[in-house]
Amino acid sequence: MKVMLVDDSKTMRTIQRNILMQLGFKEIEEACDGQDALSKVSAFAPELLLVDWNMPNMDGITFVKNYRAQGGKSPVVMVTTEAEKTRVVEAIKAGVNNYVVKPFTPDVLSQRINETLSRTKAA
Amino acid sequence: MDASSIAAFVVSTNDVFRTMLSLGVTAGKPYACCVVPRFENEVSGIIGMSGDVQGMVVLSFPTTTACNVIRAFTGMDMDPSSPDFADAIGELVNMISGAAKAKFEGKNVSISCPSVVIGRGHKVQQPSDALCITIPFECPAGAFSVEVAMKNARVVAHPTATSATTNTSNSTSTSAQAA
Repeated sequence: MKVMLVDDSKTMRTIQRNILMQLGFKEIEEACDGQDALSKVSAFAPELLLVDWNMPNMDGITFVKNYRAQGGKSPVVMVTTEAEKTRVVEAIKAGVNNYVVKPFTPDVLSQRINETLSRTKAA
Repeated sequence: MDASSIAAFVVSTNDVFRTMLSLGVTAGKPYACCVVPRFENEVSGIIGMSGDVQGMVVLSFPTTTACNVIRAFTGMDMDPSSPDFADAIGELVNMISGAAKAKFEGKNVSISCPSVVIGRGHKVQQPSDALCITIPFECPAGAFSVEVAMKNARVVAHPTATSATTNTSNSTSTSAQAA
């Protein structure tokens, strides 16, 4: 399965990549902001996206709106420090499928990813 | 700035260090930033807050502590001159600030992308109209501090509070100087 990591922090992308690899994901593409991600989604065609909220150039919410507007249907998990309920609601409205608040343990991220993929399969 | 807003940063720092670095931290008694610091700042991650709560958060370390902390965070030894080192420091202050602001109930607060200053003896200049509090921390990686500046802040908190809400407002700006 192809996964795209969208986060301006290389440290955070590396942490998430390591967790994904432990879960058995091998095809992983990285993007450093929403703009970079938009330029890569067509060619890479991710089947799951992990997206940060606060990023320079284009934030995660704007990216998700654009991705959905372009017909992107793959599940999106937002991985962010934005923990307020209003932000979670805003993210869901924008087309986010699941939500992980930083800081997170590997178990929590793994659980959210598996949960998201199970829901997508069932739909 | 009240006790609960200081407590929010104590709790968020503890959460970030425990969850992402597997390090327990102990908070000391907060003090006004004009008091002589415990160590010379060598590595600082800086985040601005805007919206209903306006101010800044500075996570500062001596270099040795910063290297130990980054090793615990990333699993790698990094040279402080490496861009990845600054990136990791920025992500730490980002998580601490984000988790703290989430505890500001009923407040709409945005945080900036982090900046990182590396240089011996630098000083992060807080705005003159903001109250700045330093929260000292100890952890197995060494001593570090979290400075919180909020404009129009009035009350200094104590370090033992554990709940988290805040009621400060208005704006601030940041400048940093390396000595």
